[in-house]
Amino acid sequence: MTILSVNGKSRQVTASPDTPLLYVLRDDLGLNGAKYGCGLGQCGACTVQLDRMAVFSCVTPLAAVGTRAVRTVEGLGSAEAMSPLQRAFAEEQAAQCGYCIAGMLMRAQALLDANPSPSDAQIRQHMQPNLCRCGTHIRILRAIRRAAGPLA
Amino acid sequence: MSAPIDRRQVLAGGGLLVAFSFAGRGFAQLAGGGEGGAAPKVLRPDLPGSLKSHPELDSWIRIAPDGAITVFSGKAELGQGIRTALLQVVAEELDVPPFTISFITADTARTPDEGLTAGSHSMQDGGTALANAGASVRLLLTREAARRWKLPAETLTTDGDGNVAAPDGRRLGFGVLAASLSLHGEAIADAPLRDPAVYRTLGRNLPRVDIPAKLTGGAAYVQDLRLPGMLHARVVRGPSYGTRLANPDLAAAGRMPGVVRLIHDGSFVAIVARSEWQAIQAMRVAQAGDYARTRPVLPVSEGPLRLQALPSREIVVLNTRGPKRRSAKTVKARYTRPWYSHASIGPSCAVARFEKGEMTIWSHSQGVFDMQRATAELVGLPVENVRVIHTPSAGCYGQNGADDVTAEAALIAKAMPGHPIRLQWMREQEFGWEPCGCAMVTEVEAAIGPDNRITRWTYDVWSNSHNNRPVRAGGYAVAQEIASGFPPQEAKPIPMPEGDGDRNANPLYDFPDMDVRYHFVPEMPLRVSALRSLGAHLNIFSLESMLDELALAGGIDPLAFRLAHMRDERARQVMETAAQDFGWAKRPKGDGRRGCGMAFARYKNIGAYCAIAMEVEVERETGAIIIHRVHAAVDAGQPASPDGIRNQIEGGIIQSLSWAIHEEVTFDETKRTSFDWGSYPILRFDQVPGAIDVTILHRPGLPFLGAGETAQGPTSAALGNAIADATGARLRDMPMTPAKIKAAIGLVG
Repeated sequence: MTILSVNGKSRQVTASPDTPLLYVLRDDLGLNGAKYGCGLGQCGACTVQLDRMAVFSCVTPLAAVGTRAVRTVEGLGSAEAMSPLQRAFAEEQAAQCGYCIAGMLMRAQALLDANPSPSDAQIRQHMQPNLCRCGTHIRILRAIRRAAGPLA
Repeated sequence: MSAPIDRRQVLAGGGLLVAFSFAGRGFAQLAGGGEGGAAPKVLRPDLPGSLKSHPELDSWIRIAPDGAITVFSGKAELGQGIRTALLQVVAEELDVPPFTISFITADTARTPDEGLTAGSHSMQDGGTALANAGASVRLLLTREAARRWKLPAETLTTDGDGNVAAPDGRRLGFGVLAASLSLHGEAIADAPLRDPAVYRTLGRNLPRVDIPAKLTGGAAYVQDLRLPGMLHARVVRGPSYGTRLANPDLAAAGRMPGVVRLIHDGSFVAIVARSEWQAIQAMRVAQAGDYARTRPVLPVSEGPLRLQALPSREIVVLNTRGPKRRSAKTVKARYTRPWYSHASIGPSCAVARFEKGEMTIWSHSQGVFDMQRATAELVGLPVENVRVIHTPSAGCYGQNGADDVTAEAALIAKAMPGHPIRLQWMREQEFGWEPCGCAMVTEVEAAIGPDNRITRWTYDVWSNSHNNRPVRAGGYAVAQEIASGFPPQEAKPIPMPEGDGDRNANPLYDFPDMDVRYHFVPEMPLRVSALRSLGAHLNIFSLESMLDELALAGGIDPLAFRLAHMRDERARQVMETAAQDFGWAKRPKGDGRRGCGMAFARYKNIGAYCAIAMEVEVERETGAIIIHRVHAAVDAGQPASPDGIRNQIEGGIIQSLSWAIHEEVTFDETKRTSFDWGSYPILRFDQVPGAIDVTILHRPGLPFLGAGETAQGPTSAALGNAIADATGARLRDMPMTPAKIKAAIGLVG
C-alpha cells in the first residue's frame, strides 16, 4: 500500500512500487490527463508535476514519488471552471488532436509556477521536451504567453 | 466520444425517430478520396455529396416532438476539428444554435456509411450533404408552418432559434411542426441554401466542441474508455513488420503476476492481464528472445531508388504531346522522399467486447464501415453482429496502427467472451508495425524557350499504392499471422482525378507539351499505406522545385514565372495574396545565408488552393536551418470556421517542415531501426518558425474545398526553394538534413 498526494487529496494505491506513476494515475486512480506516448521520457505526453516540477510520469516509478505532491491536468481546473492556463489554451484554440496537450499544460504550468513572466525564448526552451505531431506549437506558445501576461 | 446506446431506445423514441434504411453497396462513388473500399451505391446522382448514397433525410437529421435535434454523420473527428465544422454547417442550414444539436458521428449502428474520413473529403462530401439535408428539412418545416397558418411559404422565415416565424410575429417550434411530418423522405435537390450575407454560424470562429475535455482530462479518447470488467492486453511481436519471434517465452510470461490469459494463434501472440502494467511486463518477458525475418530483406543500400528497380505498371496520367517548340534551356532532375512514419503521439489503441454473439468495437480507425466488414470476416461473425463506434485518439495523419490494433483487440475479445479487452500498442510497435508513408521517386525533364516559357514537360513518378487500407480481413497484418489466416490484400492504385502515387502529378499550370507517367509498383519493400496528402507531397515538391530551377535558368522571378503559366484565377489570387502578405517584391535577396522561397498547389487540382512563402537562414558551417517566417494564403471555398482552417494550415506547415528536414524511417536488412523519438526525431519547439501567418480568402457561398492536406506539398517545396535561394545549393532528396545541406553547400563552394 502506498499513500500518494494527488491534486491535493491523499490517495491509497495498491500498485507495486515499480509501477510507473503514469499507470497508477490512469488505471488505479482513473485519471485521463497523463497519456501514454512513449514510456521512455522522450515525448512529454505523460508530463505531470511533482512538487511543482514537471516530470515524465511514464519513467517515474511509484516508489520514487515519496511524499511529493502530484498534480495532473485535472488538478488545474475543470471544463466548467478552467484554470487561467487552460483558459488561455481554449482562447487560442491551442489543440488539434489534443493528445499531447495535457502534458503541454503541465510543463507550461511548471514554468509559470517558477517564473510568472518568462520571455518568449524561455518559453520555447522550457517546452522543448514535449512533442506535438499536429503542429500546434505556435498556438501553444501563444497560449502560454497569454496566460503569463505581456512581458514587463 | 459517442456513448453506447441501445438500438431499441433509438427506435422507440417517437416523433421522427424512425428507423432509417442503409443503402446497399454497388455502383460505387469515390468517398474519402478513393481510399478504402467502395462507398455505398449511388441512388440519387442529382443530390450533393454523401446524399447521393443516403438520400433519406432521417438518415441525417431527426427532430423529436420537444424540438430536440439529433444529427448523424458518417465522418469522424480525427483531431482536425471536423466535428465542429460539420456542426456549423448543419446548424446554419437548419438555422438553429449549434449547441442545441446532439451530434452522432461514425457509428456503424447509427450513422450513414460515408466511406472513409480521409482525402480532405469530409467537407466536400459530408459537409455538402449536411448543408443540403439541413436546407431540405428547413424547407419542409417552413412549408408545414405555411400550411397551418394558410400563408405563402415564401413570406415565412426562421428565427435562428428553432422556430418558423410569420410576418405578424407568430412562431411555431420545429418540434411541433416536425411531429406532423415525416423526414423519411428524400432530400430536395434544389432546397434553397441560406444566404451567406445572413449567416449566423457558418464562417464564424466557433470554438471547437472537443477542446474543453482535451484541456481538462475529460474522457476524450479511446485510451480513456474504461468498461466494467475490462482487461488489458498487449501483443507480443518481433521488432517490426516482416519479422516474427523465433521462440517467445510464453511459459515464463504466463507465470507473471496478473496474467489472465495467453492468446496463441499461429504466430500471433497476445497477453491479457488484469492491469496494463502487468500486461506490459509479461509482454517484455515473452518478447525477450531472438527473431526471424519472414519477408524479403529491406533495401538498405538503394533506399527509395529500389522502387525503380522493381516491376511496375505504367499508367499514363497526361499526354498532350504537340508540335515541338524551340527550347533554349533544358533542366533534368530526380527528386525523392524516404519512407515516413505517421508518428502519432499516442500509440494506437482499441477496446473490443464480445458478448452474446455480438462484437462491439471502439476504434479510432478512419474507416469504421470498412472495418465492420473486414473485422467480421477476420473473426468469423456475420457483418450485422459487428458494430464499430469511432472513438477519437491521437492524430493519425493516415493509416497508422489504428486498424491493425482494432483487429487484434477483436481477435482477443472473440477468444474471451464477456471480457472487454483494451489493447494498446507500445511506442516501438507503432513505429515498427504500422504501414509507413510511401517512399517515392520522380524524374523530371523540362525546357524553356527563348521567351522563358515552358516548352516541354516530361514527368515520371515511381510509387507503391498509398491505399492499402483494410477492406477485407487480409488487409490486417494479423491476418497473415493467425493459423486460419487470410492472404494479403491486393495493392491497387487510386484512379485519377484523386490519384495516389500520381496525385498532383498532373500540373495545374498551363504547359504546352506534357508527358506524365505513373510507374505503379505493386511490390512493397516496406509495408505502406496512406499518409496525409499521399503522393501529392513529393509530386508538388518535384513540380515546384523544377519551376524554380527553370526560373533560375531563365533568370526570371519565381513568382512571375509561375503566374506566366497559370490561367486559373483563384490560383493566381492565392499566389498573389501570399506574395503580397509576405512582401515578396521587397524580400531579402539570397546572400549565401538568408533566402526566400515560394510554392503553390491546388490539392489534387480539385481541392483547396494553397500558396506558401517563407524566409530561411542557413548556418553554412553546420547546415542548420532557421525558419524566420512563413506566410500562407488558402482558398478553401466557403470556410466553416476560418480559424479551424488556419489551425490546419499552421499544423500542416509545421508537419511538412518536419518531414522535409528531419524525418526518415531507417532500417537494416532485417528490421526497421527507427523505433522511438530518438531514432525518429520530429520537429521540436526550438525549430518551429518564428512566425506563421495564414490568410484565408473570402469566398462566401462557394463550395467547400477540404483544407486538411493542402499545405503538405507546397511547404516542403517552398523550403527547398528557400534553401536554394539562400545557399545556391539545390536539395532534391528529402529529408533535407543539416548534414546534406552542409555537404551540398560544400559542393557549391
